[in-house]
Amino acid sequence: MIQQTNPNRRTFYLTVIYGLSGLMSAALAIPGAVYLLFPPRVKKSGDWVEAGDVSQLKDQEPSELVFKRTRLDGWRSLTEKTSAWVVKEGGQQIAAFAPQCTHLGCAYHWDSGSKNFLCPCHTSAFSMDGKVLSGPAPRPLDQYEVKLQGTKILIGSIKKAPVVS
Amino acid sequence: MPIPARVRSIVDWIDHRTGLETAIRDFLYEEIPESSGWHQVFGSMALFSFMVQAFTGILLAFNYAPTPGDAYNSVRYITLDLTGGALVRGLHHWGASLMIIVVVLHMTQVFISGGYKKPREATWLAGCVLLLTTFAFGLTGYLLPWDNRAYWGTVVTTQIAASAPLVGQYMQRLMGGSDGVGVVTFTRFYAMHVMILPLSMIALIGIHVYLVRKHGVAPVAGDVGPKKRFFPEQVFKDTLAIFAVFTLLFVLALVARAPLGRLADPTDTSYIPRPEWYFLFLFQTLKLFEGPLEVVGAVILPNLAILALFLVPFIDRGRMIKTAQRTVAIGVVVLAGLAWAGLTAAAVRSTPKAMEDTAGLEPDAEPWQLAAPSEIAAVGYFRMQNCGKCHAGGKVTAHKTSEELIAHFKQATTVTQLSDSQLKALANVFIKMNPNAAAALLSAPQPAVEGAMVYEKSHCGICHQVNGVGVKLGPELNGIALRRNRDWLIQHFLDPQRLSPGSTMPRYRFNPKDMEAIVAYLQKVPN
Repeated sequence: MIQQTNPNRRTFYLTVIYGLSGLMSAALAIPGAVYLLFPPRVKKSGDWVEAGDVSQLKDQEPSELVFKRTRLDGWRSLTEKTSAWVVKEGGQQIAAFAPQCTHLGCAYHWDSGSKNFLCPCHTSAFSMDGKVLSGPAPRPLDQYEVKLQGTKILIGSIKKAPVVS
Repeated sequence: MPIPARVRSIVDWIDHRTGLETAIRDFLYEEIPESSGWHQVFGSMALFSFMVQAFTGILLAFNYAPTPGDAYNSVRYITLDLTGGALVRGLHHWGASLMIIVVVLHMTQVFISGGYKKPREATWLAGCVLLLTTFAFGLTGYLLPWDNRAYWGTVVTTQIAASAPLVGQYMQRLMGGSDGVGVVTFTRFYAMHVMILPLSMIALIGIHVYLVRKHGVAPVAGDVGPKKRFFPEQVFKDTLAIFAVFTLLFVLALVARAPLGRLADPTDTSYIPRPEWYFLFLFQTLKLFEGPLEVVGAVILPNLAILALFLVPFIDRGRMIKTAQRTVAIGVVVLAGLAWAGLTAAAVRSTPKAMEDTAGLEPDAEPWQLAAPSEIAAVGYFRMQNCGKCHAGGKVTAHKTSEELIAHFKQATTVTQLSDSQLKALANVFIKMNPNAAAALLSAPQPAVEGAMVYEKSHCGICHQVNGVGVKLGPELNGIALRRNRDWLIQHFLDPQRLSPGSTMPRYRFNPKDMEAIVAYLQKVPN
């Protein structure tokens, strides 16, 4: 013979069992999700890095400048070579583009024949001011913050261009 | 509760194909003795503790880098930089202790009640192996943060294993500890901790639970009452008990930070290793035996104790009697408890307070800490010259040559306390600063600035490097705050050879003020 539980008690037991189990699952799952999905605490923002001299650049002729910058990769601080496509447009007006295509991150190059930036992966083409001319790229080229100190070109962090439909 | 027909039909469909519902029902509606109750919640609690450890362990593994080069920094990253990271690590760290407590309570309950008796001997044996597996988890996990505590604790562990008669050197080889604790030991402990032990644990839990089901939950003596079902009454009791320990664990993980000491340093001769609290009694036992007898305390006694534990059901083979009449069993538990408490208390008493080391939990360096010692010393010159009176917050114009600046210093202040070389250093530092960098540098606290001035005056940079500046003839000083404490630094200045035999560093008998200053500065040198 098996003892039967009084129906009212049974309901009470079930409520407590499901309630507390749900609470404990949430207490583990929510911090777990936060831990995996939230970005790590931001440490000091990117410094300005000297990338070259503006007097070396030709007007209307992008050149790829290579410079070293320190980047945080998880728990590591890496100093690595990075590059930027820098364009001088008449005197002091300069722009520096991040070297990845905005489609899927391939390295693009300057085609002096067509006067466009061409991406070899999926044939995106960008104009000298970074606008999408053709191909699958969803937005103009990303630009670095850039400023001049005398004739020195200083490069800051990347600001993403908005998606243009 | 009535189940809607639509849900019912889905459940039936699944059950027809998988047998899932039937299996769950069979599991939950198992018949248990009438005498079951609160005293039987510990098994479920132990299983739950293991599940928390598995869950938090997997979460940690998503951000933990298991090599001696990266382990420590990735643990710091988890603890200091990730949202919820300190909580996840806290749950895992304190959960390990909790699991040990719960498993031991479970075992004690079964021992006192005599639940291991025929035909449940195999269940008890599987439980003993589970206990050892739990300890092995604690032992291997202890090394993984790779701080001094982890490193030195494991040095002792591997040495104890090596002292075992006959098998010692093979044990040590298996632990990868033949040439001291290093990358091989680390990797093997990690493999044990995340591969072998979890798999063994899951298999053993399977066997253990299967055997409990096969023989049924042990009734107390004289229980002939009608059986009842496991669900919902006993599950309710288990859930409440689990909720109580979980709440305790969660609060502990929130308020008590899991420790992280200085980075593991094999050359640190001042560190006094201590095992985790649940191994302190073994540590103290070892101290009771000296010389050739040491192996008795280190290896023989603990192994005899384990053997005795395994043999319990074969020694005590009498009929089941009421728990209150099991005076021998109760006596054994009380004696073991007293011995454990006494040994642990003695070990705690002999542990110096200074060993509670949380250096690894200090936040990252401020920008000024990343400056060269000469730059930080220049902040001192800046303050001595009262430059801040006109250049508050580091407002400096950098359109002068350094000669012009030096002339400006001499002319702008009525009393020049600085030597020519110090004036030159001040000019050289501030001539290349933009206002932001100057403001960051000028935020350096005065004790550290004075220390940097002592550093410069004593020409420490001729043999040492800080932040990449100086010469690496002696050890690089970055990270010294993690490696050495204040007392060590002071003693080392007074007599370097005593603490670092073979060192070529001269003695520095600084006056107390300068000593305070330079030690304050060295403790602020980033890691």
